[in-house]
Amino acid sequence: MPFIPHTETDVAEMLRTIGVPSIDALFDEIPAALRTRALDGIPEAMSEMEVARLMQERADQDGRPLNFIGAGAYEHHIPAAVWAIVTRGEFYSAYTPYQAEASQGTLQLLYEYQTMMASLTGMQVSNASLYDGASALAEACLMAVRAHRRSKSARILVPATVNPTYLKVARTIAEGQNLKFDILPYEQREGTTQRSSLEAYAGQDITAVVIQQPNFFGLLEDVDAITDWAHANNALVIAVVNPLSLAILKPPGEWGTKGVDIVVGDGQPLGVPLSSGGPYFGFMTTRMEHVRQMPGRIIGRTVDLDGKPGFTLTLQAREQHIRRSKATSNICTNQGLLVTAATIYMSLLGAEGLEQVAAACQQQTNKLVDALTKLRGVKLAFDGPRFHEAVLQLDRNVGEVLEQLARAGIVGGFDLSQQYPELGQALLVCATETRTDGDIERYAKTLAEVMQ
Amino acid sequence: MSSRALIFDHSRAGRTAKVQHPQGLAAQVPEHLRRKRRPMLPEVSELQAVRHYTKLSQLNFSIDTHFYPLGSCTMKYNPRACNQLAMLPEFLVRHPLAPESTGQGFMACLYELQEMLKEVTGMKGVSLTPMAGAQGEFAGVAMIRAYHRARGDLARTQIIVPDAAHGTNPATATMCGCTVVEIPSLPDGDIDLEALKQAVGPQTAGIMLTNPSTLGVFERRIHEVAKIVHDAGGLLYYDGANLNAILGKVRPGDMGFDVIHMNLHKTFSTPHGGGGPGSGAVGVSDRLLPFMPIPIVGKEGDRYRWLDERDLPQTIGRLSAFMGNAGVLLRAYVYMRMLGRAGMQRVAEFATLNANYLFARLRQAGFEAAYPGRRASHEFIITLKRQARELGVNAMDFAKRLLDYGFHAPTTYFPLLVPECLLIEPTETEAKEDLDAFVDALVAIQREAEQDAAKVKGAPYTLPVRRLDDVRAAKQLDLTYQPAAAASAGS
Ligand SMILES: Cc1ncc(COP(=O)(O)O)c(C=O)c1O
Repeated sequence: MPFIPHTETDVAEMLRTIGVPSIDALFDEIPAALRTRALDGIPEAMSEMEVARLMQERADQDGRPLNFIGAGAYEHHIPAAVWAIVTRGEFYSAYTPYQAEASQGTLQLLYEYQTMMASLTGMQVSNASLYDGASALAEACLMAVRAHRRSKSARILVPATVNPTYLKVARTIAEGQNLKFDILPYEQREGTTQRSSLEAYAGQDITAVVIQQPNFFGLLEDVDAITDWAHANNALVIAVVNPLSLAILKPPGEWGTKGVDIVVGDGQPLGVPLSSGGPYFGFMTTRMEHVRQMPGRIIGRTVDLDGKPGFTLTLQAREQHIRRSKATSNICTNQGLLVTAATIYMSLLGAEGLEQVAAACQQQTNKLVDALTKLRGVKLAFDGPRFHEAVLQLDRNVGEVLEQLARAGIVGGFDLSQQYPELGQALLVCATETRTDGDIERYAKTLAEVMQ
Repeated sequence: MSSRALIFDHSRAGRTAKVQHPQGLAAQVPEHLRRKRRPMLPEVSELQAVRHYTKLSQLNFSIDTHFYPLGSCTMKYNPRACNQLAMLPEFLVRHPLAPESTGQGFMACLYELQEMLKEVTGMKGVSLTPMAGAQGEFAGVAMIRAYHRARGDLARTQIIVPDAAHGTNPATATMCGCTVVEIPSLPDGDIDLEALKQAVGPQTAGIMLTNPSTLGVFERRIHEVAKIVHDAGGLLYYDGANLNAILGKVRPGDMGFDVIHMNLHKTFSTPHGGGGPGSGAVGVSDRLLPFMPIPIVGKEGDRYRWLDERDLPQTIGRLSAFMGNAGVLLRAYVYMRMLGRAGMQRVAEFATLNANYLFARLRQAGFEAAYPGRRASHEFIITLKRQARELGVNAMDFAKRLLDYGFHAPTTYFPLLVPECLLIEPTETEAKEDLDAFVDALVAIQREAEQDAAKVKGAPYTLPVRRLDDVRAAKQLDLTYQPAAAASAGS
């Protein structure tokens, strides 16, 4: 029996000990009328060998096209050591460290992670993860409402240059608690949010302003000006950042004169594979003064009975298992294993390694933009400083071009025409350090053929 | 006493693992947007990192190394094949926004997973996007609210939750903008139907139920509960955290539930990962189909495609940036294919057999059942209130001493209504001899408690640390490492 160790003798002895004639008798408290008869829709069991064959066939069907999409999930090189350690059973098959003494490995790793994330974002404290970047933004908005006691509006300003799916998720999760989201238009030539778009809200009760850096178009926002405007208008600031970019970009803790209040984002670029969409992890860091409003697990260092340092879950009075309906969030299971990957990734790369990867991504994206904009019918939408993504405009239907590229084994970018119709036939492209000059050449050549 | 080294202790300026990254590049960033001081990340060799984290892993208890009877968490064996096959390179490099034409193999797995989950739960639709049980709960309650709103029934904002419920239930109701009405359980563990009748009314949005409940017993009058709530105009939410107990035996859909979440990281054996990731797939009855969270995999002819707002205009919306914890879903899919129809039914049978066997043996050894008149489901509760009163040794002391004996502790102090409780869930993947050894350990601890209570109260002794000072942890917050010379990491 797959994964069940019982012999017939075991079963007989166990039933005797319990004092029932059969396993079936153990279900005697379930009303007979409810008992399921057959699960006709479930196929017969497969052996490990058969299922391996099936999965390999499914994988082969999808193949390995050459990818040029970013849009919130990025293909990076992951050092071999990362997942070799992550999938050790001691990390892989443990759970939330409720028994601290038997979970010091996970707990210490999380403490190290919290230290790294706080430093990377320029903030004081970090939690131990949320589900993903999008849900982390939702949690940050809810947290801002709790943390900003003088604001009564629960109104959040969100630039249109924030990942549009993040905004959708924030709406799904936060509107039940009556948060309101106002969208700030971007400057049409620059592709960034201008301070002037905020002026309409001057003097109003705004709970928080969200800023994404780099923004969804890959462009760098004037984060200092927006942060200072928000603080001058008594709003908190929530930064949404790509953690890899922080190796080279000013950390949110240093934006404007005071730094932001809450930082969130998706940790996927730090050692987590694209994996068709997840699991990734959301991170959140903040100032010490807001730590009691933070959702999610937090690890603290303390001492044991002998005075020896050790680690434990702390500030649990924020959480659902203690505070129930008054908890800061309902989150319980988080994305611990992905945090394990990120911690090992950051340790292997260090600050210099992250800088180099970030710089390589930027360089390859610049090369990609140069190569593609040489083609007739392709132009760059925005020319400002960027990290590792860019918006291109085509003289024909983007969706059709992408399908033709896909047939040639190239995933050519993310079609913006649905979410940003004002940009026309626009395409968001990305090249990370994993795209070689040869890859870029191949893309340019194929696109030239497609656009003929 | 000295502490175990942090990764930062191995760090030396200028030491990096060069093979891991490109060299000699300079990013172009305008001066005012540029990072000026490097973040404090370790500068260690590959070997140092590998050794450090391998050693840390060895400090953990895990299913692969220890019996882990953590009640309500279903710590069953996580088959290695599930991990290996979910991590085939083609799945790993696939971008979630790549055209559907390049993801048909992946989507076929998810579609079939949806279908299999419908079959085992008796629900009409399944969405895989929630990323853990609590997010599945959120989706469920949000759908209940959307349903009432769509009918213009705006007054229905109360969610009824039994006192035994998991903390995520009331917390979820609050996140959805509902208020919580708690109803008591009877001494035999079933819901107090009289209290339920009092609680329902035109303000009732629904009830959240776990069945078998977190008390480890099956709610026998589930039909009456369903009738009372439905008659009052409310909907029934099924918390599927305990689905392992009834897989292939009873289906929530047949019990009258309108919406359920499943914890794929419990029943369908995806790893717990030291805290996550999970997956909280939701299933719905006919009337909630239009409100399901997106995206969902649809099938037209032999092509799969993502269903989104255009297909479900009344959806509660999106819960994640893409489609949830895809890799977790692939693991659950592989697991279900290996179990097949018969294997699925065996899960509940052997999980229940193991729990009742352990329950019987512990009672024979003198431990007190919290619900003595009842059959255990896949888990059960013993209460140590007598030991606490007479010997001054409480549930936490027993739990900590169990660690010395090489067992992860059961869930302690949950559910909150049973004093000094241990919620014990062995799962179907444990062998009889391991259950016997666990009984022996608890019996030995009982004897220690009678002879030398201080010894039990001082446990554990054999772990990397002894009992930790939680009060100090919360009062003198130390949440990040602060090197003595704070500026030394700058460059
Ligand atoms: C009964 C019950 N409901 C809900 C949950 C929440 O699930 P998750 O931790 O996946 O969010 C849990 C588990 O942790 C549970 O045991």
